[in-house]
Amino acid sequence: MDPNISNQLFDPTTDGRPPTADSVGIVTAQKAHFDTPLACSCGAVLDGYELVYETYGTLNAAKSNAVLVCHALSGTHHVAGYYADDPNNIGWWDNLVGPGKPLDTNRFFVVGVNNLGGCHGSTGPSSINPKTGNPYGADFPVVTVEDWVASQARLADHLGIDCFAASIGGSLGAMQALQWTISYPDRMRHTLVIAAAPKLSAQNIAFSEVARQAIMTDPEFHGGNYYAHGVIPKNGLRVARMVGHITYLSDDVMMEKFGRARRSGTYNFHFDAEFEIESYLRYQGDKFASRFDANTYLLMTKALDYFDPAHDYNGDLTAALKCAHAGFFVASFTSDWRFPPARSREIVKALLDNELDVSYAEINAQHGHDAFLLDDPHYHALLRAYFENIKL
Amino acid sequence: MSNIELNETILHDPALKERTDFAAIASWIKPGSKVLDLGCGDGVLLRYLKQSLSVRGYGVEIDDANILACIKNGVNVIQNDLETGLSGFESDTFDYVILSQTLQAMHHTESIVKEILRVGREGIVTFPNFGYWRARSRVLRGRMPVSKNLPYQWYDTPNVHLCTIEDFEAFCAEHGVRILERVVITADSVIKLLPNLLGSLAVYRFEKKK
Repeated sequence: MDPNISNQLFDPTTDGRPPTADSVGIVTAQKAHFDTPLACSCGAVLDGYELVYETYGTLNAAKSNAVLVCHALSGTHHVAGYYADDPNNIGWWDNLVGPGKPLDTNRFFVVGVNNLGGCHGSTGPSSINPKTGNPYGADFPVVTVEDWVASQARLADHLGIDCFAASIGGSLGAMQALQWTISYPDRMRHTLVIAAAPKLSAQNIAFSEVARQAIMTDPEFHGGNYYAHGVIPKNGLRVARMVGHITYLSDDVMMEKFGRARRSGTYNFHFDAEFEIESYLRYQGDKFASRFDANTYLLMTKALDYFDPAHDYNGDLTAALKCAHAGFFVASFTSDWRFPPARSREIVKALLDNELDVSYAEINAQHGHDAFLLDDPHYHALLRAYFENIKL
Repeated sequence: MSNIELNETILHDPALKERTDFAAIASWIKPGSKVLDLGCGDGVLLRYLKQSLSVRGYGVEIDDANILACIKNGVNVIQNDLETGLSGFESDTFDYVILSQTLQAMHHTESIVKEILRVGREGIVTFPNFGYWRARSRVLRGRMPVSKNLPYQWYDTPNVHLCTIEDFEAFCAEHGVRILERVVITADSVIKLLPNLLGSLAVYRFEKKK
């Protein structure tokens, strides 16, 4: 390769988003292979699997400064920084994680991991099943939040981390962060639970089901074994993402951003994308369908639906959290109608009942569920303050 | 009911210097107890109780800046509007529920006192005494009082239910509230003579009438 071209490619300034002094900079994903079988909640056993992960900052000698970042439905292990060969690919929570940022990598050793069943490098439906030599496809176990946490604990063992200083996640990521304090109470000192719910409502599950039906009724789905047919259920995945996207935004922000604006001044009396919101959803759907695996999307939505730590305790979340002894920070966003503040308050109530250390902030934000990814100054100030008070 | 001497060490603790009622509150709280501080502000009282008396506790606040201040101060805080009650807290789960200089700004005065006694074994309330002679003399001269404990103008005050010491004690008698202790303070001094006239700040500890 011409060295000049290479320099240009590797120079992140070429994308118009120069790396700031508080970026973790160029990062490299790593892979860990696990040979100890993992018994999943569904009864299936994964004999071996791989987890792809990234780390930022330095694990201190006492190994007391590790923070686990758990990703949501469509997230990945790429939490912060960018890749040398893909400088436009900036981590999904880069505004939070970096030197001097609220989750300060000068102080903390931050771990991002792609969950089992994912499609970004960890073992998932598109990986080769060693027993058949073909992709797992529909045979990949329906993994749960508990299974993810169990696999993340093995990654912690691999990294030599006995006890995390904290775990943090938003939405489905927050559910994992919360589950950690139940599954491994002695291995998690603090947990930041953002824009979460202790379990999905019927309406939430309904949205999951619409997304799944869109994928599974796509003629290219082939019962989940579309890899063998050399196709992907792109249209289904596209619609699934469009539905999801609607639930991530508030009515107000959608109205403010798009209103009833049309791409041309008049009504055209056809069914092409005419309103800006249609065009936006189609664009988001297309972008997502080209990078995400449909089977992974099915698994992630199912993990969401099944999550309910109180299930084994007759619906009593207080009883489910009895074993927890982490310190908690819980935050919700006023305009989040997917997991509204009342759902976070259910978690807070259970923590209060158990006399655990907990702070709860209800953040005034207009962006809906997606607000957890934005860098609202008050929200980030709260996270910064909480992290700063964590003793190493 | 008895007036008590304020604990001198606590009274002159620099951490509490801005709020003389905090010293009175702190001198009543038993070490190691569980406390809920309603309208806890920046969490300074809770931090003090935690550090000096190993108290476990939570603050409740509505204001964003105070939530952040509490987290910086390392105290537990729950963002909630007190006017909506304390439904997130189980009955009889706190040794003390504190409402310091917030009662007079509450719209639902009766329901918050009821909630305090539902959630806590004892309640501690502080408020500026509207019967204080300086307040009375301002009103006699035809103006609303403005002072250290009543720092607002009539048009920007959050205070909607100002009362005197005698008003509050009558309220308690009518609402099944048994007053256990009272301290009346002006500046840094405990007032024993004619408290409703000479006291600017009232501090009460009470429980539900058995």
